[in-house]
Amino acid sequence: MSGPQDDVIGKAYDARLMRRLLVYLRPHLPAVAVAFVVIVAGALVELAQPWLTQRAIDTYIAQKDVDGLRWIATVFFGLLVANFVFEYVQTVVMQTIGQKIMRAIRLEVYGHLQKLDLAFYDRNPVGRMMTRVTTDVDALNDLFASGVVTVFGDVLALVGIITAMLWMNWRLALVAFVVLPGILAATQWFRTNVRESYRQVRGLVAKINAFLQEHLTGMSTVQLFRQESNAFERFDRINRDHRDANIASIFYYALFYPIIETMAALSAALIIWIGGGWAGDGVVSIGVLVAFLQYARRFFQPISDLSEKFNILQAAMAASERIFTVLDTPVAITNPTNPPHPNPTRPVIEFDHVWFSYVDADGEPQWVLKDVSFVVQPGQRIGIVGATGSGKTTILSLLMRFYDVQRGRILVDGVDIREMDLAMLRGTFGLVLQDVHLFAGSVASNIRLGRDDIADEAVAAAARAVHADAFIGRLSQGYATEVAERGATLSVGQKQLLSFARALAFEPRVLVLDEATSSVDTATEALIEDALKVMMQHRTVVAIAHRLSTIQDMDRILVLHKGELRESGTHQELLALRGLYFRLYELSRVRENIGS
Amino acid sequence: MRRALSRLLPYVRESRRAFIIGVGCIFVASVMQLASPWVLKYAIDGLISGASRGCLAGYALAMLGLAVVDGGFRYLMRKHLIGASRTIEYALRNDYFAHLQRLPLGYFQSTRTGDLMSRATNDLSAVRMMIGPAVMYFASTALGFVIALAVMFSIDARLAWIALLPMPIVSVATRYFGKAIHDRFERIQAQLADMSAVVQESLSGVRVVRAYRQEDTEIARFRRSNDEYVARNRGLIRLQAAFYPSLTFCFGVSSLIVLWMGGRDVMAGTMTLGSFVAFLRYLVMLSWPMIAFGWVINIAQRGLASWGRMIEILDTAPAIDDRDARPDALADGVKGDVEFRQLSFRYPPRAGEGADDAAPMLADISCTIAAGQTVAIIGPTGSGKSTLVQLLPRLHDPAPGTLFVDGIDVREIPLARLRGAIGVVPQEPFLFSDSLAGNILFGFDPVRDRARVDAAAHAAGLDADLSSFPDGYQTVVGERGITLSGGQKQRTAIARAVAADPRILILDDALSAVDTQTEETILRRLREVRRGRTCLIVAHRISTVRDADMILVLDSGRVVERGTHDELVRRAGLYARMDQQQRLEDELAAS
Repeated sequence: MSGPQDDVIGKAYDARLMRRLLVYLRPHLPAVAVAFVVIVAGALVELAQPWLTQRAIDTYIAQKDVDGLRWIATVFFGLLVANFVFEYVQTVVMQTIGQKIMRAIRLEVYGHLQKLDLAFYDRNPVGRMMTRVTTDVDALNDLFASGVVTVFGDVLALVGIITAMLWMNWRLALVAFVVLPGILAATQWFRTNVRESYRQVRGLVAKINAFLQEHLTGMSTVQLFRQESNAFERFDRINRDHRDANIASIFYYALFYPIIETMAALSAALIIWIGGGWAGDGVVSIGVLVAFLQYARRFFQPISDLSEKFNILQAAMAASERIFTVLDTPVAITNPTNPPHPNPTRPVIEFDHVWFSYVDADGEPQWVLKDVSFVVQPGQRIGIVGATGSGKTTILSLLMRFYDVQRGRILVDGVDIREMDLAMLRGTFGLVLQDVHLFAGSVASNIRLGRDDIADEAVAAAARAVHADAFIGRLSQGYATEVAERGATLSVGQKQLLSFARALAFEPRVLVLDEATSSVDTATEALIEDALKVMMQHRTVVAIAHRLSTIQDMDRILVLHKGELRESGTHQELLALRGLYFRLYELSRVRENIGS
Repeated sequence: MRRALSRLLPYVRESRRAFIIGVGCIFVASVMQLASPWVLKYAIDGLISGASRGCLAGYALAMLGLAVVDGGFRYLMRKHLIGASRTIEYALRNDYFAHLQRLPLGYFQSTRTGDLMSRATNDLSAVRMMIGPAVMYFASTALGFVIALAVMFSIDARLAWIALLPMPIVSVATRYFGKAIHDRFERIQAQLADMSAVVQESLSGVRVVRAYRQEDTEIARFRRSNDEYVARNRGLIRLQAAFYPSLTFCFGVSSLIVLWMGGRDVMAGTMTLGSFVAFLRYLVMLSWPMIAFGWVINIAQRGLASWGRMIEILDTAPAIDDRDARPDALADGVKGDVEFRQLSFRYPPRAGEGADDAAPMLADISCTIAAGQTVAIIGPTGSGKSTLVQLLPRLHDPAPGTLFVDGIDVREIPLARLRGAIGVVPQEPFLFSDSLAGNILFGFDPVRDRARVDAAAHAAGLDADLSSFPDGYQTVVGERGITLSGGQKQRTAIARAVAADPRILILDDALSAVDTQTEETILRRLREVRRGRTCLIVAHRISTVRDADMILVLDSGRVVERGTHDELVRRAGLYARMDQQQRLEDELAAS
């Protein structure tokens, strides 16, 4: 699913990455400003409550002023409502910013993935790219939604509490602050240890998963060799380690919360003892004592929140590093700026001494195609035959410019395809692949794909031409029937017919076909064969052919062998040669014999 | 539900000491915690009446002492209760895995591995939350709640009634919001799955997308899914944004009531200022249980649902076991005679399919193999070759009276004894992330036995590649070690089967990934190994089966031809055509 580099936990702050990330915040600056204001206001409201209690006790209750108390109660209620509103607005604004930024980043990554060439996908498994678009982007959410801006909120709350206490009574405040270093130290100790033990536990969970994955997949091997108890012992060891690591981590939680509670109690005890003494001397009022008792309990939250930001930052840095790596992958196959005009007098396709290798590694390249040259005139039907691994499919991939050739060149309408507009080049061809790829959506949308200008009638006509209309008509909702995930409800043959219809509906000038070898039932086989004939009528065709019937009618057949173009000619000419083609032909006859 | 919980009881009983101690600690801690505001009440009243410094110091010390004792007992509570839940999680996971080990191949073919894994991790974790944290929070909040309530009523019953009015709202709100948040979260997860599917579909179909210039269509499709995902997230955001502030608001209203009414009582002299402050403090203490109750219910619900999913698996009876076995069957060792007697086999129908939908995989197979003979099975893809040999070690169960080893129905031979006599090299060899030697000795002796590894590796032709393994046979396979080629994997699997020294050796298309030359070497070396052992070879290539004592040609689950290589070639049937094809292919490859 994901490469080993996914596990690496990097540093918590990287200025280069951070600057690049903050760019995404720029379009939301007004919203950020709103959030900032609300956070400040919210922090002030939070601060006001203990102070109100102090006023109520010292000024109004002590002086038996019922109206004053009513006034305090009204203000108190107003603050409650304000607090509700501020907190609500803050959450909605910040989280929405986070979501919008993630939406933008996802779209950017995905848009870039749509531009990258096939070689990129050969190197990078689809699963890994999915992680980039989903999980990695999500890791950035915390950074924007609860990281950057709320840090100010936490700092503000802490500073606010300290200031309010100092302002009410600086001497008593200093007494209460005695516990602050303790709280800081305990929090730091806790975070460090929990992070470490969490890392251990996560490693063990990964081990459990890997073990299960491996042993569930290979269960029959375990059973055949009666290794159940052996495997169980190994599982038990990992499982035990996991349990022990978890039990060890309980220690930190079990100790941390009581420590914080004890700190709070210590602070309260000091306020009662020392402050109480001063109250007897008239230095502090009872109300201030009560307010202090309330403030002292509020130290902890902002400190804890701040220390958590460290983890958020670390995760975001690691994720953004991976995302930017994808975004920074250069697009290898690009559109030329000034594409020359096609020359209608030239052949449709020319392969001019083409050499190609998939691996662009150092040393001697592994040539898949060696010095291949051929020409396709308008209206010609060309068949390509050859054993597995002879390079047939590569010819099609190069023609579509999925890859660029290393030596030689490919011309379409007299223009080097590397100088041609990509959309124009690919629009020339209708490609049918061996493995049919269907998309989630209706049957009709799988035929017309994104081309809404292809009318329903055209879709139906294409389907009719390739005999797909019969089975589509039997589907519950005809053309509107939803295709299940990857076409699971359709047979292999039906999927092929659909892909034929798709190619026809696009009305390409050149049909490019990689005939499927997979076996289908005889009735469908007959349909497919006939559909192939229909498609090839009055059209330029380049087809990798497996069926005898398809091969024989071709205007010319190219025989590829180990990357070289070895023979070329009509069916009869090639048979007369008694060379490679002759043997391939024999072989396919024997194969069909076994199949029937 | 009661049945489900009773299944959990034995595990809980194992740790009952920890549970009893843990709950006892909660009791002590709760009393300590709730005594603290009481001290505060006396301290403040003492302040007003001008108590001495020594007296205040006493109160302060008492508060600190209570906090320390409270903390100590909470430490013990967490240690015992959460520790117990980890112990139970461990036991459950072990039992779960042990149970899976008893399920037959067919079960794993019809169940997604990811699904089984998620029950051992996600579901189990939800179950643990139910028996650990949920129990702990429930006990501590229930006790705290009752005591705080009692104290508040003893201070001022009327004020307590009024102040507590908003509180039930909190519990209901937690419960309601918790459920709504959970539902929306599920909808977000579903949309995330949808978005992942769009990405997966478009990236795996990259050729079609490029060829048909669908990049913009795909981006638009992704944009829609992305937008919906964000929209669902924003629905959750609004809910969460309202949830926590509304709890704060409810507590605030309670405080306000106390401030207003209690304040007037203090003015009227019917309540002391100390009681007033203590009362406020108790109110704050009550807020946590109110949140926790709703939370505990949600955890318990999720835990129960997860436990139900786990029970589903734990209750799957192993389809293949020793129920028909006779303990004394073949107790003196296995000779190696094998007989198929009019054997037919069809896979059990999947859910939604009728019993007759599946055509029989094998029909009316009869064949007698004497100990020491080599029999090859050949035929087109899907003809049932693999299924036939998988029946022998009972990876699938044959019908009674159709398959015999040494004249005894395989169902009557204890499974361990039967499988112990058979060495299988499966079609897709499975290697574990262990050293090569560990993989080869897998079926034999846990003590590393060098000579045996060398001999088996030699027989399998693996020794030819020895120089390419950085640590020789100690090289670790897979993820962090080297990646083996298909042919190397197959040869390792052959070595594993050879090292197990079985009476019956089964090669299930085990040479498909090696080239013809290597195949020849391996076959030559295996000739030595095969001596005195019964051997079943499934193959695609004629070259693999040529010198078998007998060749069965399978087509659509039936034996259509049988005989030696020469006999079958002379017959000019299916086998002869396959032979011809093979020769043509060889010629082509050579040219």
